[in-house]
Amino acid sequence: MATPIFESIQSQLGSLATASSVSHGTLVVEIAPAAISGLVQTLKSACKFDMLLDVTAIDWPGRQPRFDVVWHFYSTTHRVRARVKARVPESDPVVDSLTQHYGSAAFQERECHEMYGIRFNGNADLRPLLLYEGFVGYPLRKDYPKLGEQPLVPYREGFDIADRAGV
Amino acid sequence: MDMKIPNPVRPAFTIPQRDDTVIVNIGPSHPATHGTIQIIAELDGEKILRTDVHCGYLHRGFEKECEDHTWHNLIPYVDRLNYCSALINDFAYCDAVEQMMGVEITPRTKYLRTLLAEYSRLADHLTCIAATLMELGAMTAFLYLVMIRDYIYEHIADLTGARVTYSFGRIGGLARDLPDGWLKRLEQILTQYEEFIGRVHGLVDRNRIFIDRTRDVGVLTTADAIHWGYTGPILRSTGAARDLRKDTPYLAYAELDFEVPVGIKGDNYDRYYVRMREMDESVHMIRQLIDMLPAGPINVDDRRCTLPPKPLVYGEIESLINHFKLIMDGPRVPAGEIYVAHEGANGELGFFLVSDGSGTPYKVHVRSPSFVHMGGAHKMLDGYQLADLIPTFGSINMIGGECDR
Repeated sequence: MATPIFESIQSQLGSLATASSVSHGTLVVEIAPAAISGLVQTLKSACKFDMLLDVTAIDWPGRQPRFDVVWHFYSTTHRVRARVKARVPESDPVVDSLTQHYGSAAFQERECHEMYGIRFNGNADLRPLLLYEGFVGYPLRKDYPKLGEQPLVPYREGFDIADRAGV
Repeated sequence: MDMKIPNPVRPAFTIPQRDDTVIVNIGPSHPATHGTIQIIAELDGEKILRTDVHCGYLHRGFEKECEDHTWHNLIPYVDRLNYCSALINDFAYCDAVEQMMGVEITPRTKYLRTLLAEYSRLADHLTCIAATLMELGAMTAFLYLVMIRDYIYEHIADLTGARVTYSFGRIGGLARDLPDGWLKRLEQILTQYEEFIGRVHGLVDRNRIFIDRTRDVGVLTTADAIHWGYTGPILRSTGAARDLRKDTPYLAYAELDFEVPVGIKGDNYDRYYVRMREMDESVHMIRQLIDMLPAGPINVDDRRCTLPPKPLVYGEIESLINHFKLIMDGPRVPAGEIYVAHEGANGELGFFLVSDGSGTPYKVHVRSPSFVHMGGAHKMLDGYQLADLIPTFGSINMIGGECDR
């Protein structure tokens, strides 16, 4: 695919990235968590990645640091995608928010926060979005049980329509 | 019941900005919201000052559930993301897994998937336009469009056995080949589509009420659309000719002749018209694909993902083991990560898959257009009338299945 574009982007990013490669037609850039703001400024202005597609995380329990935070960017100019990854530890899973660069970061960071417990420094609105107020735990972490239940309204006990008199 | 049920959402604002405004709650189960979505709005009379959009009422733990099933077992789940065009989800997911495995699909499957994806896009746009028009009172146009959509549903049911959720994609191919006479009926439906879409154009395009309700309502600029991550018909309605089928061609799109229709103002009328024109382009593409469709096998001859033929499963031990391992352990996908995006009916539908080398995904993440669009929906709602919420929300075409996952 468009390798010359990737090469020029890689040279522009320079030392901001700790590693970069091309995988399945996507530029993959690994960075230190603290470098995300600086990298995104270069990505957005110099490399023309004008769209933030997606924010998510990957949980690797047992690995140090435990989480990968993953961003996907798209350039409507070059028509290529870039994936940016940063490793954050379980004890302090914090990265900078991208809401001042991309509006679409707001909702995506809320989802990533409630599902993985990643905190986005600078995103003032990290209320639950797909889950509800008071939900305990982070369901997409590997140690959250798949069959765990925490109903907002308690289940009614012993109620059966057939038990009702006169029915 | 005297039990107090806790509020599942915490509104972004509870105190009015002025003493003559009022905060109202709309949804999550409200005819105007066109889907299970909740909007908390501050109103100045009939005018919306600010909104707080809440989704998640259809959240069913799709991504968590996916981590507990084999790669093949996920196909019925991905069907239920955008259930108006389930085949596009199927093919995007299968494409992502196939790219990770290094599987090249057969030529017939490539063209058939393209054809069915465009057919699904047609059904999806028909649904969206029909619902939007009906909510504005255009019952005749609704019935015309839904009639065609139902012909399409019945027709796809002839192929797949289901009307809405088809589970038709397979890693490395498709569930089955076309039945006899399927393409003949397809041409009949396309001819009927053209007749009835002409009537809808005649009823709606220059209708004073429709124009008043949609022109200059819910306006979005290209810069705002890109900033808020909008893709698909909404981004194109602002005038940006961004379409993954052209920009990063996949399946057989590079060989097809088609245009990318764009709007002028990015308002509700443009979103209606962009979808109408896109349907015409889809029909144009389907006709080309009927002529291009080559003969040949549907499934790749690759024992890593395709089940062996049944006579061999019953006749020899190697095929029996192969069948057993594929069903019980799932197809082994090499460790790695991939992000594959197809142009869904609503915009960029991306699958981010992580494999640890086993038959079960380590992580499945869906970049669904509806979810991203909800994040910027306030840009199209704030500043307009409360009644404008209905055509605007209809033209966004939020699909709860893919938004809430």
